[in-house]
Amino acid sequence: MNRPVTNPRHGRLRSLLSISDLGPDVATGISEVMTLTDSFVEVSERTIPKVPALRGRTVVSLFFEDSTRTRLSFETAAKRLSADTMNFSVSTSSVKKGESLRDTIETIEAMGVDAIVVRHASAGVPRQIAQWATSAIINAGDGWHEHPTQALLDCYTIRQRLGDITGKRIAIVGDIRHSRVARSNVAAFTALGADVTLVAPPTLLPPSLEGWPVKVSTDIDAVLPTVDVCYMLRMQRERMTEALIPTIREYSARYGLNERRAELLPDHALIMHPGPMNRGVEIDAAVADLPNTVIVDQVRNGVAVRMAVLFLLLGSGTTWGGEADV
Amino acid sequence: MAERERRLTPPYGGVFVARTRVMTADDMKRATKRMAHEIIERNQGLDDLVVIGLQTGGVPLASRLCDALELIDGTEVPVGCVDVAFYRDDIGLRPVLPETVTDIPCDLDGRTVILVDDVLFTGRTIRAALDALSDYGRARAVQLAVMVDRGHRELPIRPDYVGKNLPTRRDEAVDVTADGVDLGEMVK
Repeated sequence: MNRPVTNPRHGRLRSLLSISDLGPDVATGISEVMTLTDSFVEVSERTIPKVPALRGRTVVSLFFEDSTRTRLSFETAAKRLSADTMNFSVSTSSVKKGESLRDTIETIEAMGVDAIVVRHASAGVPRQIAQWATSAIINAGDGWHEHPTQALLDCYTIRQRLGDITGKRIAIVGDIRHSRVARSNVAAFTALGADVTLVAPPTLLPPSLEGWPVKVSTDIDAVLPTVDVCYMLRMQRERMTEALIPTIREYSARYGLNERRAELLPDHALIMHPGPMNRGVEIDAAVADLPNTVIVDQVRNGVAVRMAVLFLLLGSGTTWGGEADV
Repeated sequence: MAERERRLTPPYGGVFVARTRVMTADDMKRATKRMAHEIIERNQGLDDLVVIGLQTGGVPLASRLCDALELIDGTEVPVGCVDVAFYRDDIGLRPVLPETVTDIPCDLDGRTVILVDDVLFTGRTIRAALDALSDYGRARAVQLAVMVDRGHRELPIRPDYVGKNLPTRRDEAVDVTADGVDLGEMVK
C-alpha cells in the first residue's frame, strides 16, 4: 500500500520527504512556507521566543547519522512551538541489539508521537517509514537523496538577503554527487525560477544529469563573476568509496573558494554553505568570515523554517470544517 | 469578511450574504470618534497608550481609531497588530495560518494596551490575543474596543468600548467592512 504524502481530505502536507512533496506547484508550496517563516522569525526575535502552538504534541528525532545543526535546529524549533521532544540516539538504542527499523518505528509510534524527524545514510528510508507510520515524517537527510528543510532555509536566506530568487544566478560548487543538499536545492531553486550552474570535477557530478534543468561547468573562475549566490558544498569523504579526486590539496586549489576567488564575485553576491564546513578544503578560513558569507544566517533561519514546517504538518488543519480526520 | 474568517465560520468555506445593514460608514465613523473620546476620558490622556489591532478585521479599525485619538488629543499613539494564529485553542482542528507578521511597535511593559477587533463573539480570539500580548511584556492594563458586540460569549470576557451592541442569533454572521456593518448569513 502506498500512502499518499498529502492528506487526500484536504490536500495538505502530511509528511515532508522531498521538495516535490510541497505540492503540484512546488513554487507556491515553497512561498507558503516562506510566508509562514516570516512569522516565526518574528517569534524568534522576541524576549520570550516561544508560542503555545504545538502544546501537547510530541516530536521525535530519529538520527541514524551524525548531525549537529539539523538535530539541534529541529529540537529548538519544536521547543519554541511548545511541543515535547524526544531524542533517539541510535548508538545507545535497541537498534544495536538487532531491532529492525520497522520494529523501532512501531515502538516509537506506540508511545504516541505526532512527528518523526528522520536522518539516515540510505536514500528512501524516510519514505519507507512514512508508509508504515501514521505520524508526520520529516526527512532530515537521507543518503545522497534529499534534505528538504535545508533547501527551504537556503531559499529563505537568499530571499531575505536578495529580495527574490526568481532570475537569480546560483552556482553550486563541489561534491554534487554525494550531496542531498544539492539535490534538494536544485529542485527548490529551479522551481522558483533561478538559473543554476553546477561547478564540480566530472567525477563529483551525479552519474546522470538527465532531467536536471541546470548548466554544468568545470571552471569556477569563469562562473564566479556572473553569479548572485555561490553555494559551496562539503567534500563528503565519508561517502566516497573510491578515489574520485587525486588529492584534497588539488581539489582545494581547483575548486576551493579562496580569497582570490571571493574577489571575483560581484559585490552583492552571497557565499553560502550548508555546514559543517571544512575550512581550508572547500572554503578558506578568511572567506568563511566575510560580510557576504551568510552561513550564520542560514543556521539562524533554519530554526524558523523548521518551526514553519512543523506547524504546517502538525498545527494547521488536520481537518477542514471540523470533521474528524482519518 | 476576510478569506480566513470565511474558512473558519460554519458552514466552512461559504460566502456571506447580507440581510440588513446595521451600521453605515458614517455610523462607524461616529462610533469610532465616540470610542476615542471614551478612551481619552477613561485613561486621562494618551500617555503610555498603545493601540493594537487584531488580524484580520481589527487592523483597519485600529488605525482609524488611532487617527481619531490623534485628532482629538494631538499626540501620536503607537499602533501595531497581532495575529493570534499560534495561540488559538483550536489549533489542529482547523487550518489557521497567520495572515501577516505580528508587529508590536514598542515594549508593552507598563503600558496600557487598547486591543481592537471588529466583532466580539465567543471571546476566544480575545483570550488568544491576551496570551499573545503577555509574551511581549507585562502591560499595565489591557482594554478592549470592538465595533460590534454580538453576544454569545463562551469565556468571561467583556469589552470596554463598544461601537454597537447587536443582538444576534448564533447562526447569523456579522460582516464589518469600510462601507459599514452588515448582518446576514453564511451560505454554502
